[in-house]
Amino acid sequence: MSPVNSSPATAKSARNTRGRWRLAANTGAVVLAVVTAFPIFWMVLSAFKPKGEIQSLDPRPWTAHPTLESFRQVLSVDGFGRYFVNSLVVALSVVVLSAIVVFLAAVAVTRFRFRFRTTIMVMFLIAQMIPVEALTIPLFFMFRDAGRFAPGVGLNTLASLVLVQLAFSLPFGIWMMRGFVAAVPVSIEEAAQIDGAGRTRILWRILLPLVAPGLAATSVFSFIAAWNDFVFAKTFIISATQNQTLPSALLVFFKPDENDWGGIMAASTLMTVPVLIFFIAVQRKLVSGLAGAVKD
Amino acid sequence: MSVSTSTAPAPPSPQRRRGGRAPAAPPGGRRRRPPLLLLLPAAVILIPLVAYPIYQLGLLSVLDFGQAQASGGVPTSFVGFGNYTKILEDEQFWTVLFQTIGFAAFCVVATLAVGATLAVLLTKVGRWPRLVLTTAAMAAWAAPAMTGSTVWSFLFDTNLGLVNHTLEGLGLSGFHEFNWFYDKWTAFLIVGAVVVWHSYPFVMVTLYAGIRAIPEEIMEAAALDGANTWTTFRRITAPMLRPILTIVVIQSVIWDFKVFTQIYVMTEGGGIAGQNLVLNVYAYQKAFASSQYGLGAAIGVIMLLILVIPTVLYIRTLRRTGNEL
Repeated sequence: MSPVNSSPATAKSARNTRGRWRLAANTGAVVLAVVTAFPIFWMVLSAFKPKGEIQSLDPRPWTAHPTLESFRQVLSVDGFGRYFVNSLVVALSVVVLSAIVVFLAAVAVTRFRFRFRTTIMVMFLIAQMIPVEALTIPLFFMFRDAGRFAPGVGLNTLASLVLVQLAFSLPFGIWMMRGFVAAVPVSIEEAAQIDGAGRTRILWRILLPLVAPGLAATSVFSFIAAWNDFVFAKTFIISATQNQTLPSALLVFFKPDENDWGGIMAASTLMTVPVLIFFIAVQRKLVSGLAGAVKD
Repeated sequence: MSVSTSTAPAPPSPQRRRGGRAPAAPPGGRRRRPPLLLLLPAAVILIPLVAYPIYQLGLLSVLDFGQAQASGGVPTSFVGFGNYTKILEDEQFWTVLFQTIGFAAFCVVATLAVGATLAVLLTKVGRWPRLVLTTAAMAAWAAPAMTGSTVWSFLFDTNLGLVNHTLEGLGLSGFHEFNWFYDKWTAFLIVGAVVVWHSYPFVMVTLYAGIRAIPEEIMEAAALDGANTWTTFRRITAPMLRPILTIVVIQSVIWDFKVFTQIYVMTEGGGIAGQNLVLNVYAYQKAFASSQYGLGAAIGVIMLLILVIPTVLYIRTLRRTGNEL
């Protein structure tokens, strides 16, 4: 059917078909969104349900009696308040330290051309592929031995978690940050240099503010990686339970046979909500950063 | 995310035009000499905490290193490839290896199928449905693997799970107190579903961005030539997306080969009698559950060697698609 010969009637029916297709696509998208979001909805809902409704053999997708009972239990009785603070301390330390190191290294690999530059980039890429779980074996012994000389960074300390998370956040961070630094025109730095600004000044006062959106976007990923980590926390924090972080504490707490799903869901909610907020908050910055906030 | 940033072209700088392919030299600076001060902080952290442990992993894999050696009572002894022969002769290793490959393949195919379908769907829907679906996908993406695992375990719980309850309500009496984690394959199926749930948003968002980057005129020209949706997809969308698709596939292979948290949490350390073990969990359990650190390290080295293949492919693809390393 060519558009030239089509009578008004067939054109109308074609538009109807297209409209119906569009409606089907829209409905499909919304249904799939509901399916995708459902586990998170169920988690939050179950966290607010009274214990009786959780134990009921007739689970309902709503509750008429929302309660903070489960949250109160995990926070005060099971000590999740403390673990929450520990997780926050580790994740925020990693974010701040990682941002500084990533910024400097990203400038080095984008603004300078030197021997082994490509080799270094390939190594950063390879470092992202490494199964970190396997590396916990040597790292466990390294931190154990380090603890004999410097107890502050040995096993059972939050510092040990900060160090490993920092290390594993760098390769991806540098790789991602590279694009943001490259997007800043060199002419800006040249202009500053002509105006008499020194290298240090150019780096911290001119380049840093310009790539700040990118640094924020990169930070989301280091925050999430540090916040979500449970294999290092589980391996390193053995005896000092007061230094546990949320994921490893949740794992200890996770006993499906005991059916305390209300508590497990409340603890899971406590762990999920900060990342969701962080992710959504920085999502816009991520987009503006990618679009290139700098104009020539 | 690394994909979208690494494929974003940087604006050309004056230096680049003058100096051919070389990135800009520092303003007034010398070339060739590495900017040591800028690289120093990264080196100070990465050399002892990433590079040295890799060497140590290799070293441990050729030592007889068990509980006695770990506690320092017994000196370590060099066993050469002893740990490797022990593993390669172990039937369980081969079972675990093959189910790791099978599980990863299942996850990759399912993630790509779901992600690609939804990426195409996103181009067909209105603004609001698109926003709703993207937001839901972002939430699944951001949710920690740990809590994703606990929630899905709850949904599929034997007694109190919503899934069993719903299936029973539909008249399927076989699901009364059905234990999804008792059988090896249903357990893998659910863990795989959680992995797909976590990782399809990355594929969807990346491919959607790729589709949107295809010039409008090409699509219009195809429509004028009378190409239907399927032909347009096969002849235009798919070939133009090939570089980005390759990167997404390889990334997924690498991620899904290394799945750890979901297996470890949902099957409680590898399932009944280790039926749901994958290499990553297997290495960890050998080391920390049965104190055979040398054997665990050897499995880790084998994993590293296997992962070299997709990594090399990944680097080659990046280079071929014009990304400067």
